[in-house]
Amino acid sequence: MSQTLYVQLLDLACGALLLTAVLVLWRREVAVIIRIFALQGVALAALVAVLAVHERSAELGAVGVGILVLRAGVLPNLLRRALVGFPHTPRETRPVVNVSASLLAAAVLALIAYAVSQPLVALAPSPATHAIPVGMAVVLIGFFVLVTRRRALSQLVGFLLMDNGITALGFLTTSGVGLVVELGVSLDVLLAVLVLQILTSRMRAAFGDTDLDELRELHD
Amino acid sequence: MSSLGVISGVVQPLLVIAGSPLLVGMMRQVRARMEGRAGAGITQPWRDLRKLLRKQSVSPRGTTKVFRIAPLVLVATTLVVAAIIPFVTTASAVDPAADLFAVVALLALGTVALALAGLDTGTAFGGMGASREMTIIALVEPTLLVSIFALSVRVGSTNLAAIITSTLHDPLRVVSPVSLLAAVALAVVIIAETGRLPVDNPSTHLELTMVHEAMVLEYGGRDLALVELASAMRLTVFLGLLANLFIPWGIATSASTLAVLAGIALFVIKVGLLSVLLAAGEVFMAKLRLFRVPELLAGSFLLALLAVAASFFLA
Repeated sequence: MSQTLYVQLLDLACGALLLTAVLVLWRREVAVIIRIFALQGVALAALVAVLAVHERSAELGAVGVGILVLRAGVLPNLLRRALVGFPHTPRETRPVVNVSASLLAAAVLALIAYAVSQPLVALAPSPATHAIPVGMAVVLIGFFVLVTRRRALSQLVGFLLMDNGITALGFLTTSGVGLVVELGVSLDVLLAVLVLQILTSRMRAAFGDTDLDELRELHD
Repeated sequence: MSSLGVISGVVQPLLVIAGSPLLVGMMRQVRARMEGRAGAGITQPWRDLRKLLRKQSVSPRGTTKVFRIAPLVLVATTLVVAAIIPFVTTASAVDPAADLFAVVALLALGTVALALAGLDTGTAFGGMGASREMTIIALVEPTLLVSIFALSVRVGSTNLAAIITSTLHDPLRVVSPVSLLAAVALAVVIIAETGRLPVDNPSTHLELTMVHEAMVLEYGGRDLALVELASAMRLTVFLGLLANLFIPWGIATSASTLAVLAGIALFVIKVGLLSVLLAAGEVFMAKLRLFRVPELLAGSFLLALLAVAASFFLA
């Protein structure tokens, strides 16, 4: 793979990563948000695949395939299973910060990510490290989704968005943190989602809704 | 001023004036056919304009000069923009004026003139339309500037001719995240600024949700013809800008007759294709609630800003 093609593909994958993060913030229907999250998984896997081909590393390629299966297949399916059983598809009707304001906040977060990651880029300038701000921005946007949404499921997507960002950062800075570490992190995330999915189903069974603001007061 | 610049300065305004009503007619025809109607034919807007131009213009009692000057300002600014943006050839008639900031300012000047005219009539509809138009333009203008600015970062110049020439020499740039994000942002604001669905419905009159039509409700005769012509020209200019910023191939780089003719033909085809796409998209779309419009525009502003950010950190 020639250098220009490598840079082009890497940039495209990073652009897709950032765009999907913004779309999660933009859309209200939880079902659509889950589909966008699956697309982000594909973009992340593509990023790893591009790095794998560039470094000619079979191990990295295997990790890429694993990421594709986990983040574009298993996790979105788990989230969708938590969605089954709602009388109508749930929507994020009134997030803590309204959608236009949160989009503008995302713009500020992207600039902060750029400012914060300058020293990291300066350590070892290369096409991959130049994309660090993108990973950082995805982490920050994920955290923003996590704190401003009311539905348990969209908060879960926010958490996963953060994790996607952290994974992307790991690959961009070090070209992979090793198969064992990656496997451990992925299993952790899978377990967290499984537990939270069961928790969400129980919540809905008990209260008929997954709006976390309803859980402020103690009930008998 | 080069001979190429003179050619574009003469050909482009004529092309835009003659072609823009046909463009609007074609969009209406596409919509009509897709909705199962026969349609009025693509020359209908020209027939409407001819009819309106023959009538005398009436201005409501109590209106001032602002009301009478607005259509002229609207047409004049659009005509200047049509003459200076490199549409057909890569050279511009007045090269220093073919600047991103000058072009956006001229286009915004026309919008503001029309909004002032809407306020000047003192009617409920005029005021409402003007206030809505100002809400939209307040978000549209920064997005327009920022999204084109994202393209100018790599070129190092805000001159539109320079941006288009450099894309011509480096086609791979078009598939970079910077230009994809900027293209989406620019497309959204162009839809909002020209008053198409889902922001404004161009085919309704006397409806509480209208924006552009509400401002021009009091115009009649020649003035109405000017306003209609100018809004068709603005649509053409915006679509041409979008087409040439992201797919500039076919634009004439030399002053030979063949190159200029090819430039004209390809410009017509590009803008025609874009307008057919836009019209076909509108068939499947409903108008957004007015309170959701700022959300859409804030989203497109974010995309434009990310495009600028990406042009710095992915460079």
